[in-house]
Amino acid sequence: MKSKSRTLMMQRLALHAALTPLAIIWLFPLWMMFVFSTMPDYGIFSPDIVLWPSTNFVENFKNLQADTNFLRAMFISITVAVIYTVLSVMLTSMAGWALARYRFAGRSMVIAIILGTITLPFAVVVIPQFIMVAREFKLANTWVALIVPPLFNSLGVLFMRQSFSMMPTELFDAARVEGVKEWRIFLHIALPLARPTMAALSIILFLASWNNYLWPLLINSRPGMMTAPVALGTLIGLTKVSWGGIMAGAVLLTAPILFVFIFLQRHFISGIAAGAIK
Amino acid sequence: MAGLTLTNVIKRFGAYEVVHGANLEIADGEFVVFVGPSGCGKSTLLRMIAGLEDVSEGTIEIGGIAVNDVEPSERRIAMVFQSYALYPHMTVRRNLSFGLQMNGNPKEDTERRVAHAANILQINELMDRRPGQLSGGQRQRFAIGRAIVREPQVFLFDEPLSNLDAELRVQMRVEISRLHKQLGTTMIYVTHDQTEAMTLADKIVVLRAGRIEQVGAPLELYDNPANQFVAGFVGSPKMNFLKARIEGKGASGVTVSLRADPRVKLTLPVSSAVAAGSQVMLGVRPEHFVNAGAGDTDLTVRIDVAEHLGHTSYVYATISDEPLIIERPESRHGGDSDSLTIGLSAARCFLFDAEGSRLR
Repeated sequence: MKSKSRTLMMQRLALHAALTPLAIIWLFPLWMMFVFSTMPDYGIFSPDIVLWPSTNFVENFKNLQADTNFLRAMFISITVAVIYTVLSVMLTSMAGWALARYRFAGRSMVIAIILGTITLPFAVVVIPQFIMVAREFKLANTWVALIVPPLFNSLGVLFMRQSFSMMPTELFDAARVEGVKEWRIFLHIALPLARPTMAALSIILFLASWNNYLWPLLINSRPGMMTAPVALGTLIGLTKVSWGGIMAGAVLLTAPILFVFIFLQRHFISGIAAGAIK
Repeated sequence: MAGLTLTNVIKRFGAYEVVHGANLEIADGEFVVFVGPSGCGKSTLLRMIAGLEDVSEGTIEIGGIAVNDVEPSERRIAMVFQSYALYPHMTVRRNLSFGLQMNGNPKEDTERRVAHAANILQINELMDRRPGQLSGGQRQRFAIGRAIVREPQVFLFDEPLSNLDAELRVQMRVEISRLHKQLGTTMIYVTHDQTEAMTLADKIVVLRAGRIEQVGAPLELYDNPANQFVAGFVGSPKMNFLKARIEGKGASGVTVSLRADPRVKLTLPVSSAVAAGSQVMLGVRPEHFVNAGAGDTDLTVRIDVAEHLGHTSYVYATISDEPLIIERPESRHGGDSDSLTIGLSAARCFLFDAEGSRLR
């Protein structure tokens, strides 16, 4: 028994020895982003490499706020991401449920089309989508333009469909025999059981919206309607680029995501793993 | 409470027919067991009665009313599933009351029904647990409880004990039987376990490949199986079938000889016409062998394995590569012999033709 636990410990040590450098490589840019956000511009470009934070964060943030009204941009980003995530999870759940649990003519075709759209890069869609939203519907510089067009999320539909497909049919048959209405079966039985998958999907969708740069840049160019990544992007190209301000903005952009992930990582991992079984 | 009538019920999945015209009468308060091997259509038939599958052709009546187009919830039935189908995120109490609540049943009545079911099944102390915190037997008891609260006309059980271990299965079998006596409600029970069928049923329906092979009381099926399939399916261990040949017909019946040992001859009273030389199957249950010299003829078999269970022993043997099982109640010790001579009594033997139809 002793030698077995010793072998296990050695294996663990070896694993950590291999993974620690990888973790450092991954974390180092994040750390440096934080360090730079606390330094004045001349410090960032100093030939000495400084690995520890300085005290200039508030100053950098003030510059950022003065240049971009970054707090407003953060508010827009958060609002858009939250509304988008809630709506998209609702829609993808309903679509996934229908595709997983109901037999109807053309179901396979619908699934194939949805699957097909995953392979389409956004760059292919962005121009027609822009023309449709901005020119045909005249929705440029509106909340609707920011939130609605990306709502259809084929990956989310397939993700939720997989989750519902894996639930035992007998659960829903039992409810049907009991006379529970279809929408109540969805709401009271299927959705609570899909919670881990929904949590994982929420993180993915929130992240997608939070990081979305191209679409908000195209559709919302008015200063008061910019999302945070777009606002940050406007700093590059100015005659005097405030790198400390950009880094402070990047830290503020990254922090919420890190917190969301840490808070939901248990759900995230079980949700992703659930899709891997069968 | 209500009886059921199935008239020429057919089920097709696309072009594939899985139930071929089932006709069946189930009396009010009867305990009926559908039994048959996997894929015989017994669960499909049950799901059609429940309304979870559409009927392709024919009629299902519950309490004299055709229910083909009636929603499952309006058929006054309750169903217990093999996998229990308890909602894992709800407490047991909520599991039991969920259906009634969703249908707007008054709160007091729901509570009364839940308490009544809990009393019947003696599950009061576990009501606030979740299914994941219960053992398999407890879960199945709650699944039955959920059926009881519906106060149905007909209970449907779809292999409810298959996921339980052997000991628990026996215990739950007794409980279901007791429940039937207590409630007096019509119950339809699907299983592939013939022991469950024999012990629970007032009436057994034997199915094969989507067809009803025979309907009858358990002992009626045991004593008078309609064909070789039913004879083989009812009884445990299953009936032995030995290849035989018709030697000739006399006043007292036909004489057959075993293919494995043509010296073994037996005369059986057969009313139907059979041609001399035709191939038949001699059926004899493991428990119907007699001691050597005590029957009408003897045969010697080679012993492969003997299982001594205490109250009885089963000898797994072969005769010219044809396997057979022999029950030896009096033999606790097998001895060292490789062979065994036993007797066959014509009165306890069955005879089937090449198509499996019963000749005797």
